[in-house]
Amino acid sequence: MSRERFEMVVGLEVHVQLKTRTKAFCACSTDFGAPPNVNTCPVCLALPGALPVLNERAVELATRAALGLGCQVNPVSVFARKNYFYPDLPKGYQISQFDQPLATGGFIAIAAKDSGAELKIGITRLHMEEDAGKSIHDRYPGATAIDLNRAGVPLIEIVSEPDIRSSADAGAYLRTLKQILQYLEVSDVSMEEGSLRVDANISVRPQGQSRLGTKTEVKNMNSFSGVERALDAEFERQCALLDSGGKVEQQTLLWDGAREVVRPSRTKEGSHDYRYFPEPDLRPLMLDDKWIGDARKHLPELPDARKKRLGQDFGIAPIEIEQLTAAPALAEYFEAVARASGDGKAAYNWVMGEVLAVLKATGNDLSHFRVRPADLAQLLSLVRDGTVSHTAAKRVFALMVETGKPPAQVAADEGLSQVGDEDAIATWVDEVLVEHPEEAKRYLAGEKKLQGVLVGFVMKKSKGRADPKRVNQLLSTRGG
Amino acid sequence: MSVEFTKLGAAAIASNVRAGDVSPPDMVRASFNRAREIGVGRDTLNIYLHSDEKASLEEAEAMHERMGSSADAGVLAGVPVAIKDNIASLGLPTTCASKILAGYVSPFEATAITRMRASGALIVAKTNMDEFAMGSSTENSAHGPTRNPHDVRCVPGGSSGGSAAAIAAGVTPLALGSETGGSVRQPAAFCGVVGVKPTYGRVSRYGLVAFASSLDQIGVLGRTVDDAALGLETIAGFDKLDSTSSNVPVPIYRLSALGGPPPDSKSPDTEAIRIGRSPVPLPPPPTSKTLEGVVIGKPKEYFPESLDASIRDLCERSLDRFRSMGATIRDISLPRSPLAIPVYYILAPAEASSNLARFDGVRYGLRVDPGKGLKAMYEATRSQGFGPEVTRRILLGTYVLSAGYYDAYYKKAQAVRTLIADDFKSVFASGVNAIFTPTTPTTAFQVGAISDPYEMYLNDIFTVTANLAGVPAISVPIGRVRRLPVGGQIITGHFDEYTMFRVAYALEAGLGAEAHQ
Repeated sequence: MSRERFEMVVGLEVHVQLKTRTKAFCACSTDFGAPPNVNTCPVCLALPGALPVLNERAVELATRAALGLGCQVNPVSVFARKNYFYPDLPKGYQISQFDQPLATGGFIAIAAKDSGAELKIGITRLHMEEDAGKSIHDRYPGATAIDLNRAGVPLIEIVSEPDIRSSADAGAYLRTLKQILQYLEVSDVSMEEGSLRVDANISVRPQGQSRLGTKTEVKNMNSFSGVERALDAEFERQCALLDSGGKVEQQTLLWDGAREVVRPSRTKEGSHDYRYFPEPDLRPLMLDDKWIGDARKHLPELPDARKKRLGQDFGIAPIEIEQLTAAPALAEYFEAVARASGDGKAAYNWVMGEVLAVLKATGNDLSHFRVRPADLAQLLSLVRDGTVSHTAAKRVFALMVETGKPPAQVAADEGLSQVGDEDAIATWVDEVLVEHPEEAKRYLAGEKKLQGVLVGFVMKKSKGRADPKRVNQLLSTRGG
Repeated sequence: MSVEFTKLGAAAIASNVRAGDVSPPDMVRASFNRAREIGVGRDTLNIYLHSDEKASLEEAEAMHERMGSSADAGVLAGVPVAIKDNIASLGLPTTCASKILAGYVSPFEATAITRMRASGALIVAKTNMDEFAMGSSTENSAHGPTRNPHDVRCVPGGSSGGSAAAIAAGVTPLALGSETGGSVRQPAAFCGVVGVKPTYGRVSRYGLVAFASSLDQIGVLGRTVDDAALGLETIAGFDKLDSTSSNVPVPIYRLSALGGPPPDSKSPDTEAIRIGRSPVPLPPPPTSKTLEGVVIGKPKEYFPESLDASIRDLCERSLDRFRSMGATIRDISLPRSPLAIPVYYILAPAEASSNLARFDGVRYGLRVDPGKGLKAMYEATRSQGFGPEVTRRILLGTYVLSAGYYDAYYKKAQAVRTLIADDFKSVFASGVNAIFTPTTPTTAFQVGAISDPYEMYLNDIFTVTANLAGVPAISVPIGRVRRLPVGGQIITGHFDEYTMFRVAYALEAGLGAEAHQ
């Protein structure tokens, strides 16, 4: 096999849509899913005489992203025009940044696939730009439809160094990047909705060689695992080419996820000359030290810091912390429950168990979840002080999910409060012994292992309200 | 009324309208009557591309009703104004005199027009121009050349030739034009009217169809310096829709007619002048103190050996008037000015090649689709939609921005542009208050006389530096050569339009009737 002889060298370009209310250079809404061409105005339609005005919020979010990725934010950056003709690019140029980007020189730390050791993937630059519209080729036979709702939506492009050596590391880089951006609250980072898009530059070289091979650019991946598979496929293709004495040609390739192959793109990327020059309609972007310092001061907590803090505060093991903090919303939910209930372990078990199960089953995210952290914490307290049994708690929780009511009310309404009263439990125990004569006889004859079965019958009869401890005690006495 | 109308300035018209002596509809009718009388259509002077007398009259009548008897209708109340066809207007089309925008009506309006209307101005026409403002004669219009009212065999200059000719023909006292390299001042000189290009950033470009964004400014043309001052004051100032517009405060330019620096406090007189009820004629009769303390620079690069002797003589006459009004004339040098034309013809086409990319047949304007795919549609639309000069500049601009040529052309030209601007900075830092030059090297030439593009470009040799440096400049009539008008140019430092107008008012007053002799 040729694979071992070669090393994969990958750099990733990630486009991320910033979570602003309005577009980068006009006041149009950025809402996803509006009817075609509704979110447009003279500026984003490129009508004659219209001029761009920079969205300050987009600058704030881009700066926050840059700082969160450890980049140096440049005090002066310059918008530039990237010129090319395409029907969904109304002005005939895209406003981007070229030789003076917003930020340079950050990194993302990942755990290397093989060793698990920390691996730093360098970030070359982070710059601001605007999105193009959408060309729709398959809706009207013989025609292409243009939707310009997306034209002018603010993006950042994050360009990595060619530091990635495997498809798994590329996946880890992307997942970590996504997580950081989520924590920074700068983007929805959804590949499905197109708010995060990945292009990969890949080359191969013989192991030990320092000179880089000829690279190709792979596009059209619509998931992180798609990126990984595309890189593997392209790696195989390039290795096979070199093995057979061929040469890699610099070109743009499209990933065909259904067939699991890369195909040459019809447009010849390499022949494009974008004729960049400074955008004369916008002044250079000047950010003073104090403004950047304030942005740094107000950065949200990043994943690593949160992992460390939650681990220390609530005694959660590192491996558990990883799952808990994968998405910031879940981590925040957990923390709120843990703080309110004062029981990190129980909060962890409930959040990772019941809560996640409900979210998975309903397909919703936490923003639509009806159980408030304070209510879940209260439920935990009810369990702890014996007011609600473990079994009943699950039923109470299910009703809380349905109704959004607080647990005490649900338990009261449904009669699910735990019963510790000796007389009531004794009645249930007696009834069970009568209703299950066979088991009762064997148990009373000394077959102790049947005690669990009988406790189960009692719990069922009491609809989970009986305190299992008392039931056990009583049965022991009877069997006694 | 119509005889008087062709002689009245904007301030006088507005003043009469507000006094109730005449009505806004009277003024609109007077304007259209004059237009018919002199002939502004395609087969005559070819000044108007689009006008709608009925709609203009309706607007004037609506205004008349709103005014009642006492409400302040604005400093331009009832003043008919013509607008260059590259400034987006509601109602009338905005086509840049190009086939590619034939019939296009903008759904929004330029900030400058909105401000004009808010001050009571009535838009009566969109004027002819060189296609996309690329030219110096208004011959590059898809609708044929505009004729110079002083001599119909001659061009009116360009690219704002229609607006300059409208003033010269007496159809409006005020017009908006646009400048990238002299397109207001040069036609103003050729037509014997006043034309001002403000500091870059002084007037919002929102709604001005872009040619070269870093050079473009909307300018004002008028019969007199006072018209230009009043017009510019109306449209100047920060606009949040144009990120390159400036928030430097706008002084009352008309006060500069009284001489001296802007007064600190608002006296009743200044307020009266602001609203067009000056207690003294503007400008007042000149005295030996009108320009006391003012240093006027005479740059040798703008008075070359080759300069037409008659134009030189008229400039010397103007300089003599400056002296007699108390100014000091100082010989100066702007050594990098001779590089301006090549620098301009790299930078302006570069930006134009990008600015005009939006005219692609996809969303609006002309579409020519041979049915052979997207690229063929682009090619057919753009090669049939753009005229030869526009095509030439797009090709030139695309070339100088191309990989491998960018550093040699665009980047180097930018560096030289900075040097040209530095020349102006150091002259003004040395105590010179204003610079005086001829506006153009020649008077208006005959239609069809210049066929070589480079020879045509040289028309802007004295004007283009102000665009490259971003400084304000005004052209004022200073006399005639063989019956054709000659313009003198006054240039000042960034945002010092006040001094520029002060010197211009003085020159106009100092020359008196000689300005048109």
